[in-house]
Amino acid sequence: MDNVAIKVEHVGKDFRLPHDKSSSIKNSLINGLRRRGGYEIQHALHDISFEVKRGEFFGIVGKNGGGKSTLLKIISGIYTPSKGSVNINGKLTPFIELGVGFNPELTGRENVFLNGSLLGFSRNEMAVMYSDIVKFAELEDFMDQKLKNYSSGMQVRLAFSIAIRAQSDILVMDEVLAVGDAAFQKKCFDVFRELKRQNRTIILVTHDMGNVERFCDRVLVIDRGKQLALTDPAEAASIYARLNIDGAQIKINDQKRQLHGARYGSGEVKVKRVRTVLQGEEADVFSVGDEFSFEVELEYEKGCDNTLVACGLAFFNEDNINVFGPNNEENMVEARSRKITYTLPKLPLTPGEYAVTVAIYNKDKTDIYFDLLEKWTHFSVIADHVTHGVVELDGVWTT
Amino acid sequence: MIRVLTKQNRALLAELVRTDFKLRYQGSMLGYAWSLLRPLMMFGILYTIFALVLKSGGGIPHFPVYLLLGIVMWTFFTDMTTQSLGSIVGRGELIRKIRIPRWIIVFSSSISAVINLALNMIIVAIAMVLSGVTLHASAIFFPLIILEVYFFSLGISLFLSAAFVKFRDLTYIWEVILQAGFYVTPILYTMSIIPKVILQKLMLMNPMAQAIQDARYAIVTHDHRVVTIYRVFNGGWYMVVPFLIVVLVLTIGILYFKSQASSFAENI
Repeated sequence: MDNVAIKVEHVGKDFRLPHDKSSSIKNSLINGLRRRGGYEIQHALHDISFEVKRGEFFGIVGKNGGGKSTLLKIISGIYTPSKGSVNINGKLTPFIELGVGFNPELTGRENVFLNGSLLGFSRNEMAVMYSDIVKFAELEDFMDQKLKNYSSGMQVRLAFSIAIRAQSDILVMDEVLAVGDAAFQKKCFDVFRELKRQNRTIILVTHDMGNVERFCDRVLVIDRGKQLALTDPAEAASIYARLNIDGAQIKINDQKRQLHGARYGSGEVKVKRVRTVLQGEEADVFSVGDEFSFEVELEYEKGCDNTLVACGLAFFNEDNINVFGPNNEENMVEARSRKITYTLPKLPLTPGEYAVTVAIYNKDKTDIYFDLLEKWTHFSVIADHVTHGVVELDGVWTT
Repeated sequence: MIRVLTKQNRALLAELVRTDFKLRYQGSMLGYAWSLLRPLMMFGILYTIFALVLKSGGGIPHFPVYLLLGIVMWTFFTDMTTQSLGSIVGRGELIRKIRIPRWIIVFSSSISAVINLALNMIIVAIAMVLSGVTLHASAIFFPLIILEVYFFSLGISLFLSAAFVKFRDLTYIWEVILQAGFYVTPILYTMSIIPKVILQKLMLMNPMAQAIQDARYAIVTHDHRVVTIYRVFNGGWYMVVPFLIVVLVLTIGILYFKSQASSFAENI
């Protein structure tokens, strides 16, 4: 436990959401009397478990509404978990956002002291640090102006310079780097590096995969309240990218389902189901280099048990170019095979949308199709690096 | 609660009270002076109406000061409870984003009310001098009486601030209760106009009525014509009832606040 800063065990959080948000006594009386469930339970987090080691720069990423802020609030003690436990070893910063408690009607100077008190500093302690704070924020000429006259960038600068004074072992920050100009961001990064050198533990919640890859040692990816992965930044970035495309993909697929091509054939052998498979699970988003499988399930009409069946596939890219077209004529399936699988150990396609045509035919009479499904199945390919061209081949460079 | 007044909590408390005070009179020309001008003007009005025009007071000496003290104490009670009522919800931004002890917020509202009371008491003191009040030894009880009112108000404040998070109707309900309280408490009238002794007894069970009457007796009008709880019950044990009510209210307030505090962040 000595080198563990934070231990989160099986944490879950449920929220009660009243159906009608008007919280009045009348409503609660009525609901109470009728015993009608005036609320529904929202499961914001399920069974999250991880450990953050001392001195680690730990990232939490996920889509909006995925539960990362809820998790952060539980870690910082703002929410109490419905299930599980959180153990903190060391002093934790109490805030999760910059500039909490800033009052627009007070001057910059007054806000420094107010904000400092929220971090647990007395007026005297703040007075000692005051000039450093102002200097770091580059706001020397503005401290006697009211905060409402500051630009949002100035406010963040001030807040950040106060926040980094917090003498805590564990810093928790939610989307801090989203604001500020490039020069100030660079300063923030320098501070982060410095904190990292001092062996402080930092938890950063962010959307910005660039920052995750630049700073984080390990990353927790959560989606819809579930723990997807606890991994290194590079892999987290690719999982996160896939998450985002997944969301968009659902919509695209809905449209595409109506964009199936034509289907025709004699019907003695029929395609029952086709699917694209990633590591044993049906998927429609792949990364370049993933193991890719295409499965075709067949059903046979009675009396054609001995028919020789061949399967051909054609992969079309967005430009309607047939990128490749494998078939199993040389490696025929036995009659009555229920399932034919085509596997690419390393998917060589470059990022984009793909459509697959499936043809089931008699090997000896290639002009007769039992079943032909034009551009029937769709999938997309993403990459975490820049690619060019139509395919990505396994070439090796030597000098 | 005193045990948890660590260095950090004290600093935070001081800063919250300071902010409160700075913001209160912001934009008004006379600023802080209003804290003193308000009760002073109030005294002027009371003096004109009750001492010069109506000549009421049932022969009670220093009747305008007697009235002023009652009003100042009642104002303390209403200030503290109404400010605290909305304090947790009003500081929702803090509660949702930072881990600070929740009670500090209610506590800081209560301190603001105490500061206001102290300022008002300056005017009461001036009025006492102008009116020629002579202080008796009983004046040493006055701080204890104020402490009693403070604990009573704090108990109610804790309860109201926590309940307001869930029931937003409370503002209006509490307004009505305060209105009713203003009339069942002998603030603008003397106890002697209440015809039946049993009613007087009942009225003085209310901690605010008991405290206001005791305070008047303690520092303004040391006279048998001020009906206090001791006088009404002739020293009978019933006179502890208001104090028991205070203890009960404070206990319920603290317990209820504690039970709700951990879910403030998600309910606001």
